[in-house]
Amino acid sequence: MTTVSNDRGPHHRSAERRPEDALAADVLRVMRPDGSLDPAADPHLSDAEVLELYRAMVRTRVVDERAVALQRQGRIGFHIGSLGEEATIVGSAFALRPQDWLFPCYREFGAALLRGLPLERYFDNLFGNAGDLAKGRQMPDHWCDRAHRLGSVSSPIGTQITQAVGFAWAARLRREDVVALVYFGDGATSSSDFHNGLNFAGVYRTPTVLLCRNNGWAISVPTARQTASEGFASKGAAYGVHGVRCDGNDLFAVVRACREAIARASRGDGPTLVEALTYRMSGHSTSDDPKAYRPEGEVARFGELDPIERLRAHLVLRGQWSAPAEAALHAELAEQVRACLAAAEQKPAPALASMFEDVYAEPPWHLCEQREALLAGPRAKGHGG
Amino acid sequence: MAQMNMVQAINDALRLEMKRDDRVVVLGEDVGKVGGVFRVTAGLYDEFGEERVIDTPLSEGGIIGTAIGMALYGLVPVPEIQFADFIFPAYDQIVSELAKYRYRSGGEYPCKMVIRTPVGGGIRGGHYHSQSPEAQFIHVAGLKVVCPSNAADAKGLLLAAIRDPDPVLFFEPKRVYRAAKGEVPEGDYTVPLGQAKVVRPGKDVTIVTWGAMVYEALDAANKASVEGVECEIVDLRTLWPLDIDSVVGSVKKTGRLVVVHEAPRSCGLGGEIVALVNEKAFLHLEAPPVRVTGFDTPFPYTLEMEYLPLAHRILPAVLATAKY
Repeated sequence: MTTVSNDRGPHHRSAERRPEDALAADVLRVMRPDGSLDPAADPHLSDAEVLELYRAMVRTRVVDERAVALQRQGRIGFHIGSLGEEATIVGSAFALRPQDWLFPCYREFGAALLRGLPLERYFDNLFGNAGDLAKGRQMPDHWCDRAHRLGSVSSPIGTQITQAVGFAWAARLRREDVVALVYFGDGATSSSDFHNGLNFAGVYRTPTVLLCRNNGWAISVPTARQTASEGFASKGAAYGVHGVRCDGNDLFAVVRACREAIARASRGDGPTLVEALTYRMSGHSTSDDPKAYRPEGEVARFGELDPIERLRAHLVLRGQWSAPAEAALHAELAEQVRACLAAAEQKPAPALASMFEDVYAEPPWHLCEQREALLAGPRAKGHGG
Repeated sequence: MAQMNMVQAINDALRLEMKRDDRVVVLGEDVGKVGGVFRVTAGLYDEFGEERVIDTPLSEGGIIGTAIGMALYGLVPVPEIQFADFIFPAYDQIVSELAKYRYRSGGEYPCKMVIRTPVGGGIRGGHYHSQSPEAQFIHVAGLKVVCPSNAADAKGLLLAAIRDPDPVLFFEPKRVYRAAKGEVPEGDYTVPLGQAKVVRPGKDVTIVTWGAMVYEALDAANKASVEGVECEIVDLRTLWPLDIDSVVGSVKKTGRLVVVHEAPRSCGLGGEIVALVNEKAFLHLEAPPVRVTGFDTPFPYTLEMEYLPLAHRILPAVLATAKY
């Protein structure tokens, strides 16, 4: 007689996130607790590169905190940031080669800045002003920048995954050595596009790097409610997609995992699902209050693994960083932010008629009619702020 | 000129464009070796190979999602959705992504493709092989929607659609896939998007329709003629953006309007056409505009010929409008 039970037994490991996850045997780590690097896993970044990446991570956090303040002050409507995820975001973008493309989710402005999105353009996007490359048509943090091979952010979850797979597939069909790296969170692994993306990537061996930022939360829903499996990298196996886990708060581990994935894709060995174990230290966005659902003390426990502090400890150990250097960096960034913010905040709203542009390549008669009617009619109050 | 049915004409257009432009790729379920369940892509796999005529996994969302990525890279995808009824798993990618890419990126990322899909009833297909969901795409800013009624138009419209800078849904009326046989010009030509065609001139009543219902309207018009009512039939061909000048011009001449479509009545394209005519030609109207459409029910199997707006339902609407 057999019995059916939901009890998975004492050996079942769940996806529930704990700070010690990154210590698991299957997780790629490079930095040791004392800030030194494991020579067997070291991706061998130059001193200058490590400094550049540290500065980029700090810049990401400074801009993030400033954007939150702007929202609280009512100067922008919204912000969705990456507090605590800077190593995952900056390290992965750094691993890309010049010809590769990046398909963002919506937390990766730090990657965009690293790849060349000018800081002022980013602030233009937060304000939705006439300088915004997206012409003020989307919420803050929904940027794009074709010149720097940065895709276009949208809010629906997971849709960019299949697109990145199709993009890389096209490159393969054209015999061009281009890799697409796509970001998504742990919540997106529950979307149909995650399944579709991995399935198509596996079947056609597309040169795609699928980077899951496992940050523990999808708004208020913990990782253990997205999956009953232990983490997400193992999901690759069912699709014939190589899966790896890395410590997402260890810059060197992220760089190494992504470089290996890009190299694998580039030489025709197909896609990789990279699961970066990180932690969302903020709420989901400025519209969210995590006090309502997040256990007390959790942020402090994960805060021990703060990627910026860990990298700083490494730099100090190498003798490459000091308190004066830190102060100088913050002063420099404050001035950059001040200047870009001031410039962005002064710019006007996009022209009224621009609402009707880019719906189609050329506006058809009905849009021309609607545009003329709007222009001839009364103005609403409060737009353009 | 060659005699072709619509399946052959569309196949001809695909072959021609794939030869002319090596960025064009066809992808979808069963489009490769077997040439599609309706054989519209027959022979293309042998001619262009598996990298340009791609059998995909059974996932409409995956087909359109990856096709968007291909389009962003610079290919010109022509995905096939096996039946329009199965397009809904891809609705998010079409509505939230494809339709908005150019706009949301401030023009940085134009994203064009032609999504071909068989549409409409009358083939004993029940709920899931018969529907006409055009209005659900017309309501989304950024998409163009085409539905040819005959072989020559199908070829010319498809070539125009593939060369168009915007995403196009290309609905193929499967009831007349093989019945709509006619002269099709050889070689390259386009039928411009956004231009309707008067397929029967008349002075008394304007019938606006498209796809397979053009033949029902013609049947009804011939019967109305016996009773002394001459119908002008406007075949829209491009459903959106629609050719407002042709529609309004005809109604200004006849003063009477009947719109015929297979899709359910409420919030169908017919309602929009009636509203536009009211806005632009109200003082020319001699009778209330009338819609002859499918019903606001799921598409039925056994009773499908009662559901469809066939000639026997169009004729009394035309005569009543003429006598109003």
